Amino acid sequence: MNIYVCVKQTVDLQQVRIRKETREPVLDGVPLTIGNIDKNALEEGVRLRDKLGGKVIGVSAGSEELNDTIKEALAMGADEAIMIIAPELEGAESSTVAMALAKAIEKTGEIGIILLGEGSSDNYSGQVGPRIAEILDLPQITYVSSLEAEGNTVKAVRNLEDCFETVEAEMPVVVSVVSEINEPRIPAVTQILKAGRKPKQIYSPAELGVEIAGSQIKTISNLAPEQDRKRLLFQEGVGQDVKSLVAALESEGLLGR
Amino acid sequence: MAAILVFSERDEVAFQLLGEANKLGEQLGMEVAAAALGLSDADGFLSRGVSTVYTAKNEELKDFEASVYAQALEQVAKQADAAIILLGSTRRGKELAGRLAQKMKVGSLTDAGRLEVIDGRVVCSRNAFGGATVAAQTILEGIQVIAVSPSAGEAPAAAEPSGSVAEVALVLEPARIKKVATAPKSQDSANIEGAEVLVCVGKGLAGEAELKMVDELAQALGGLVACTKPLATDEKWLPEERIVGLSGKIGKPALAICLGISGQVQFTVGIRDAGTIVAVNTDQNAFIFQMADYGIVGDLHQVVPELTAALKG
Ligand SMILES: Cc1cc2nc3c(=O)[nH]c(=O)nc-3n(C[C@H](O)[C@H](O)[C@H](O)COP(=O)(O)OP(=O)(O)OC[C@H]3O[C@@H](n4cnc5c(N)ncnc54)[C@H](O)[C@@H]3O)c2cc1C
Repeated sequence: MNIYVCVKQTVDLQQVRIRKETREPVLDGVPLTIGNIDKNALEEGVRLRDKLGGKVIGVSAGSEELNDTIKEALAMGADEAIMIIAPELEGAESSTVAMALAKAIEKTGEIGIILLGEGSSDNYSGQVGPRIAEILDLPQITYVSSLEAEGNTVKAVRNLEDCFETVEAEMPVVVSVVSEINEPRIPAVTQILKAGRKPKQIYSPAELGVEIAGSQIKTISNLAPEQDRKRLLFQEGVGQDVKSLVAALESEGLLGR
Repeated sequence: MAAILVFSERDEVAFQLLGEANKLGEQLGMEVAAAALGLSDADGFLSRGVSTVYTAKNEELKDFEASVYAQALEQVAKQADAAIILLGSTRRGKELAGRLAQKMKVGSLTDAGRLEVIDGRVVCSRNAFGGATVAAQTILEGIQVIAVSPSAGEAPAAAEPSGSVAEVALVLEPARIKKVATAPKSQDSANIEGAEVLVCVGKGLAGEAELKMVDELAQALGGLVACTKPLATDEKWLPEERIVGLSGKIGKPALAICLGISGQVQFTVGIRDAGTIVAVNTDQNAFIFQMADYGIVGDLHQVVPELTAALKG
């Protein structure tokens, strides 16, 4: 039985700066990394494998640069990796990515659980998991904050706005996790070294029968909202700073509400 | 006539969506229909100006399950000749959006804030790059499945109903997920979105006991205590309803005070519309100071009691 973990390569959002004049995000030279919540999904996959046996297979779709991200997944404990590589897959919309991931998973072998993060770090739309479930005609359990598996049955607690919902389903099943499910490990150096030698399978979309048609979603603009802040720093010692702050808030009419 | 079909598993969210749907309907010349499935309140839709409310009596709809509701909505959408399907961008609504859009082989957008009509299509503004930017996006072809942020709209006032109810016979495959238990969360009634003053606290806070001084500051300012995500989800010192940011609440206070918060984009997106932002942080290079009007470089545990005292003084 295989546990598939879908991971997305994104720019490191902490390092994205905004070009002041145009308010455009500057992406050149920003390092790529694995999505934050994807790491929780990987950790959960590895934890389940250690209990149930089988293999953890990291799956990702994107451009040539995917190698680094996939290596991070392998270092965190995935046994194998599948990459679907095509220039058009870089930043592709959810429906395209979901189709590529689903077809690659279907081709690879028996599915136990397909794990994902609740949403990607950059787009955070949460659409890929449910789309994969629909493509492969599988049940989906989203926003999972605790996961157990016994034989072929998974038991999950979902963290929803108004309640925690405990559900059960038979494998194969698609599960998306929230970040509080676990604390992802930081891979040891020996694991990082081993990662390079683990098996990797590369597909092109054509090999999977995935057609990348024109996009359905058009981004008309993508700009940082206007921010005009005073950026006054008080550094005269707590007593004086508090006085300065209170005076500033007073003069703006923000006190006495 | 083509229609805008509104659905949410929570009636109060669906009623809010009606406000948006009515505006779009007017501009696009479409009628507004609603799917009142499960335990939903068909009369509530009628009295808010919906022309057709679709209902179904299937046993499978008793509990919300995404794959079953996706089947149901696909069938209702056909019946209603829906060109646009508006869902609530709750967690259940988002998982439904993906499943339904894939079933219908169409595009979907979630977490949509403002909606506009351009060239006959709906353009949604939504946060991108974790909230660093706001993207205007549109679905180019086919039926548009759009999940709208619950706080984006206002429900129309109830009035004399004019529309009609159409009961549809749905053919549904049963759920393959079994619900075993639900534990309701204690509902925190604090209205973070509407607060005039927010005192936000982050991982710089030493411990749960120190929340008391934060509370006192909030009281002195006439504001509410809010927090970053790890404080609620990891430390569990505050309820998740108090989280501000991309996966929490988006506030618009006159004043936001950020205590011991580094200022990562997923948080700052929740306060960037604040009138005035104040930050207290020990690290003078913390990103939050870039976002702040006034900053104090210092230990929040010293600053907060002094500030509270000065305000009371
Ligand atoms: C998809 C996604 C969605 C997310 N959604 C949200 C969201 O909605 N809301 C959210 O908040 N986060 C969200 N996050 C998490 C976010 O990326 C950050 O991890 C989080 O905001 C950091 O919280 P923090 O600033 O409290 O903690 P930290 O980043 O750890 O910062 C703590 C700060 O406290 C300062 N400090 C330490 N001691 C003191 C002291 N004694 N006095 C004063 N300052 C001190 C430190 O200098 C530091 O700057 C999301 C992440 C992802 C990937």
